[in-house]
Amino acid sequence: MKVHVLYFASVREALGIGSETIDTQAQNVDELRSELIAKGGQYAEVLSHTRVLKTALNQDMCTASTLLTEGCELAFFPPVTGG
Amino acid sequence: MSFTVSIQVEDFDLSKEIALLRADDSSVGAVCSFVGTVRERDESVQTPEGNISSLELEHYPGMTERSIQQFMQSARERFNINAARVVHRIGLLLPKDQIVLVAVTSAHRGESFRACEYLMDYLKTQAPFWKKEQTALGARWVDARVSDEQAMARWV
Repeated sequence: MKVHVLYFASVREALGIGSETIDTQAQNVDELRSELIAKGGQYAEVLSHTRVLKTALNQDMCTASTLLTEGCELAFFPPVTGG
Repeated sequence: MSFTVSIQVEDFDLSKEIALLRADDSSVGAVCSFVGTVRERDESVQTPEGNISSLELEHYPGMTERSIQQFMQSARERFNINAARVVHRIGLLLPKDQIVLVAVTSAHRGESFRACEYLMDYLKTQAPFWKKEQTALGARWVDARVSDEQAMARWV
């Protein structure tokens, strides 16, 4: 299935892209993250830090086990610092 | 009875925002507001070179507005409040600039005081905004604060 992946703040900056569409067999958030880490380079560097990596599926905060759906929007970002 | 949020580059006017918020509601007896501004220096920074020359605010368009609306709804269910307004600026900001406004109205002060703090604690810990500081030593992404997480935990 196709997943629209978004990156924000330090994650976006480290990867050098804000978004990409990925064709994947991954069932959940963690499987997709592993798939991206397997690409190596900055992906492995940035997406391995699970302790400080937050995820949102279709604009709602989600966990590693949240299931992906066809055409969904998945975002990776660091802890928020607004206000 | 309005609960609205604006994410904007432009500055805001506290007096105008409050006037609008309570314009058509004669049952309001209390207005509580909070304005966050850009500090020139972080407490951990000892030298002038570490002073902030500017701040860049990034957000997640769509999710930001949606999640703040959801949290305003939860504030509405939790406290006896009449209306609330959140304005959060994005883009390039300078020291002393206003960043964020939370304003709440209610019949009596206790509810708007609490709701205002609740919404601010939420904005600090859950809303998808990220700050990047520019200093003479270079640029750096601001780290999340444990004290903000602890403040939010009071409400759970």
